[in-house]
Amino acid sequence: MTVIESTSRFTHAQLQPMRARLGKTLLAYGALALGACLLAPLVGSTSISLARVFDRSIPFADNVDAQIFFIARLPRVLAGAIVGAALASAGVVLQALLRNPLATPFTLGVSAGAALGAMLAISLGAAITLGPFSPVPLASLTGAFLSAAIVYAMATRSGRPISTSVLLLAGVTLNSFFSALILFIQYMGDFAETYRTVRWLMGDLDVGGFGPILGALPLIMVAFVIFAMLSSSLNVLSVGTETAATRGVDVARTQRLAFISSALATSAAVSLAGPIGFVGIVVPHLVRLMAGVDHRIVLPAAALFGAAFLVACDLMARTVLAPVEVPVGVVTAMLGGPFFLWLLIRKA
Amino acid sequence: MALQVESVSFEYNSREDTPDEANHSFSLTDVSLTIRSGSVTGLLGPNGCGKTTLLKLMAGVLRPRRGVITLGGRAIHGIPRRELAKQIAVVPQETHPAFDYSVLEMVLMGRHPHLGNFQLEGPKDIDIARDSLLATGTQHLAERAYMTLSGGEKQRVVIASGLAQAPDVLLLDEPTASLDLAYQLEIASLLYRLNRDRGVSIVLATHDLNLAASLCDSLALVRSGRVLAHGETREVLTAATIRQLYDVDADVHVHETSGHLTVVPIRRAPRPSL
Repeated sequence: MTVIESTSRFTHAQLQPMRARLGKTLLAYGALALGACLLAPLVGSTSISLARVFDRSIPFADNVDAQIFFIARLPRVLAGAIVGAALASAGVVLQALLRNPLATPFTLGVSAGAALGAMLAISLGAAITLGPFSPVPLASLTGAFLSAAIVYAMATRSGRPISTSVLLLAGVTLNSFFSALILFIQYMGDFAETYRTVRWLMGDLDVGGFGPILGALPLIMVAFVIFAMLSSSLNVLSVGTETAATRGVDVARTQRLAFISSALATSAAVSLAGPIGFVGIVVPHLVRLMAGVDHRIVLPAAALFGAAFLVACDLMARTVLAPVEVPVGVVTAMLGGPFFLWLLIRKA
Repeated sequence: MALQVESVSFEYNSREDTPDEANHSFSLTDVSLTIRSGSVTGLLGPNGCGKTTLLKLMAGVLRPRRGVITLGGRAIHGIPRRELAKQIAVVPQETHPAFDYSVLEMVLMGRHPHLGNFQLEGPKDIDIARDSLLATGTQHLAERAYMTLSGGEKQRVVIASGLAQAPDVLLLDEPTASLDLAYQLEIASLLYRLNRDRGVSIVLATHDLNLAASLCDSLALVRSGRVLAHGETREVLTAATIRQLYDVDADVHVHETSGHLTVVPIRRAPRPSL
């Protein structure tokens, strides 16, 4: 089964030089992402027409379709796209760094740190803002950075490769420790606060405008630039750290950059939309099944596919039980959970 | 280019140098070796004597505590990583990629040191990869997934990947361990051809004394982190050195049909009383 799959996939890869393969991948997945971002805002409780949205003859103030498209729906769709892209590609990078295809962006404790930050901001009624960041995203970003810093400090020793086992264990431990703190604060808190945090934990792409997106976007862009720089080294690194070292890869530097960039992308995504699970594992695996495992292909493809995937999930979240809205994290988990189990069975 | 190990000492310091998932405690003491350009050198010694550590030092993965390792007269830890990888390639004992790479993808990764950060492999790199597949007799496997190959096929693919680095020196860590007899012979003749046809210097750590006797023109015998003997195979491989090395009595003689030395282990020698 695996042999047949790999063979057919590879024949495809061999016939095309890398440049053509990369071009085609970007084109196909780019079209998918763009299509999702254009179509999703057209669907909703009020139906609008794309022609009317872009009809210049109607002034914006009178163009209800354009208002719904640009003000109500587009920010939400764009938030879905960049969060999906960030989580999926951060998943790819962490899976290569840990040499473990079952790692997720939340394996490193970043999401629990973010949740704790958000929770504290909610229950303490924090009012600190910074540029485009309102109190809750700011607090969750701080919590995410803090937990990433703790894990990083524990797993790195000067000049040596990162200890991936310490990285994993510290991340998992931090995750459960912070989760316990969250439960404790929830237990002590009042009902309204508890509801808000639980809702935050379910993930929500209704970010309320372009402002919060502009806050997270630069962080995610920086991470993407680093991802692009690392992509070919990640191939060699995923074969083995010592093999990578003998192929001219600066292993310690590559690992550090991989950790920092994926933590950055994950933190920004989580601070924007809460910890939306399964995107970071389902999308990389689907992309590897479709496009092969070379990170120079998988990284951009996962980012674009992740964008389309989360936009589609969010579309389902707001339409399936309309007018009631299902939290998007519930949708991704309901799709992703069984998929993850299927992956495990398939592997075994 | 000659690879020279000059009075190198090394110890794993548990806080700094122990690599992940390993608990080495041995060390190397004052090791000196000369790997002549175009030679085939065998590293022999009991388990845990420091053979793998020595290979890692020669590959520049580990850095000596004392002494220096030079390649063509330059200290290797002063050579930039990528440049060093164009000259020295390593074939580890086992290679377990985390993802389902194809054989051609694995071999093309050998081109990594030759490519810039955003440079994709071009026709020249593909030609070199094809040539490496051909040299190792793995061209028919190019489209297969690496993980579905047999042990001997994997080993040849990893050697092909090392060849794609176009190195002057190939370091191999027990290349025939866990392979059946036919594969062992195949790897041996492959290494012989690579050395003869391409002039690649070869250093291999091995437990197979007969492989070493037939393939290597010089041997280094390592025990407890020290070099017991280093020189021409015929001079170094004797019943006395084998007893010193392994505490084993062996019969060493010239095999009539092949003309190589043959080692027949007889019994475990009693440990010398102190």
